[in-house]
Amino acid sequence: MEAFTTHTGRAVPLRRSNVDTDQIIPAHWLKKVTRDGFEDGLFEAWRKDPEFVLNRPERQGATVLVAGPDFGTGSSREHAVWALQNYGFKTVISSRFADIFRGNSLKNGLLTVVLEQKIVDALWELTERDPQAEITVDLVAREVRAEGVTAPFELDENSRWRLLNGLDDISITLQNEDDIAAYEAKRPSFKPRTLPV
Amino acid sequence: MGRTLAEKVWDDHVVRRAEGEPDLLFIDLHLLHEVTSPQAFDGLRKSGRGVRRLDLTIATEDHNTPTLDIDKPIADPVSRAQLETLRKNCADFGVRLHPLGDVEQGVVHVVGPQLGLTQPGTTVVCGDSHTSTHGAFGALAFGIGTSQVEHVLATQTLPMARPKTMAITVDGELPEGVTAKDLILAIIARIGTGGGQGYVLEYRGSAIEKLSMEARMTICNMSIEAGARAGMIAPDETTFEYLKGRPHAPEGADWDAAVAYWKTLKTDDDAEFDAEVVIDAAELSPFVTWGTNPGQGAPLSASVPDPASYEDASERLAAEKALEYMGLEAGQPLRSVKVDTVFVGSCTNGRIEDLRAAAGILKDRKVADGVRMLVVPGSARVGLQAVSEGLDVVFKEAGAEWRHAGCSMCLGMNPDQLAPGERSASTSNRNFEGRQGKGGRTHLVSPQVAAATAVLGHLASPADLSDAATRTPAGV
Repeated sequence: MEAFTTHTGRAVPLRRSNVDTDQIIPAHWLKKVTRDGFEDGLFEAWRKDPEFVLNRPERQGATVLVAGPDFGTGSSREHAVWALQNYGFKTVISSRFADIFRGNSLKNGLLTVVLEQKIVDALWELTERDPQAEITVDLVAREVRAEGVTAPFELDENSRWRLLNGLDDISITLQNEDDIAAYEAKRPSFKPRTLPV
Repeated sequence: MGRTLAEKVWDDHVVRRAEGEPDLLFIDLHLLHEVTSPQAFDGLRKSGRGVRRLDLTIATEDHNTPTLDIDKPIADPVSRAQLETLRKNCADFGVRLHPLGDVEQGVVHVVGPQLGLTQPGTTVVCGDSHTSTHGAFGALAFGIGTSQVEHVLATQTLPMARPKTMAITVDGELPEGVTAKDLILAIIARIGTGGGQGYVLEYRGSAIEKLSMEARMTICNMSIEAGARAGMIAPDETTFEYLKGRPHAPEGADWDAAVAYWKTLKTDDDAEFDAEVVIDAAELSPFVTWGTNPGQGAPLSASVPDPASYEDASERLAAEKALEYMGLEAGQPLRSVKVDTVFVGSCTNGRIEDLRAAAGILKDRKVADGVRMLVVPGSARVGLQAVSEGLDVVFKEAGAEWRHAGCSMCLGMNPDQLAPGERSASTSNRNFEGRQGKGGRTHLVSPQVAAATAVLGHLASPADLSDAATRTPAGV
């Protein structure tokens, strides 16, 4: 995983709530067996509208998505995170994220930042008024900064440490392999098995 | 202080607990399918890792599989390649696979329970959000992303932050004609698509205790639509009876030991939930969605709501956008909404009891002219059972299409899709924009409402069917 420390970039204000994972990446894109090449599928249905915010020339090259509440609801498809990253987004700001989406994003180094809706509103107003306005998401200081906005955000220390260092979860877990083996040795015999012993 | 059901199952699976870290949980059962696993197997290959516990891992094919001509090569080359990738991965790593055509193939959340692999007090994961289904057995079951699929394959564990718990108590009796689907749709409309966020929901109360395992699975299945991490129901005699004799259920002394353990899996009287919702079953009626998220629902007897009636600006905007997408007018009675397609199936309502309910209504009746009805069993076994009961004949005689098992039109990854502008009444779980096909419009309903809707051509409940008008006289 790529480490995330601090990022500054222009924004895409997405004034929609309940942006579900079927909107982020429609199901027919899920047939791919790689983690890349999903950029053209990102918000595919909405992008058919030339006026959709992502299509506006002034939003090209933007890397910070500022979305309405309940972003990423629906399916567990990690492809939604890959699509956002493949397109070029480094971070997503919303007042509330769906749990599975949030977990997936943090495992891939896409920083999802939870801010109060009134701060999201302020960021929407700023970046709609001035498409060149930049937003800084600083994971070291746990702070979002933009013109007229300085907002601290929460992220649990463990997730932050993994992101700052770009650590691979599996290697961390396997350092505790003895604990896993000890647990396995204690499991009752009535637990189900998919294969004959 | 006592513990909740979720806390008991959680505590029994903690491999490692350390200050400032998520708990490391052991996973008892890992279900795989073709869509969310290929990148995980790739990751294992790249890092030279294997599957730690093949005996706790099982795969099937469901999302992409066609429901017609399953003996012929799959027409869509991309779907075919994804299924072939799963077959190769399972062969390379030694994972048990039930491919298309196998008698145990089907929607992953139908297959686990029917094999008896889903058991009380187990932890179950799958790269699919509807893994919450398995909570109906008192299992702690989570949908996970592909990185976590790889993590479980490699370690049989997952680092997870302990969730909060919410009790959803449903007391009283469900009125006649009101189903588990109506109940869960009403719960989601009440608490919202984010209402369960961060929680494991425990459904309890006298109305829940009376439900069959199938109905309990329908409820737990849609916990994710309320944003919850998982949904659970305490195991009881109904659970034990369902499991007894299934291929992977424990036997002999193991069965006795298992049941003794399972009986301890209930929330202690003095346990405290972090949140509580109480619902009176008697107040419920058939429920349908009108919008583009599962929380946008209303009783079938109601009308399409007026977005102006929402105080919250973002909900108002969401309702406006939903009505525009759905092609509905505020104030329009829901019963007046005409449909083109009816879909009965999915991990929500593709089990035998669901097919029996739909067939019971369609018997001696006809699907309305101009309406296409698809009946897709949740698994090959459910399909065989339905055939042995003659349900396939009932569906075909009514003019419905009887198909092979799979996820099918729930998400339209296979050819079963809505055309742009087409409207469905669907027993599935998501009414998102384009979910069932680009531009398609979805109303989520119970199997009973689906069948009545098929007969009348507009959203309807079985109570709307007058015998004289809709039954075909015997012998005709």
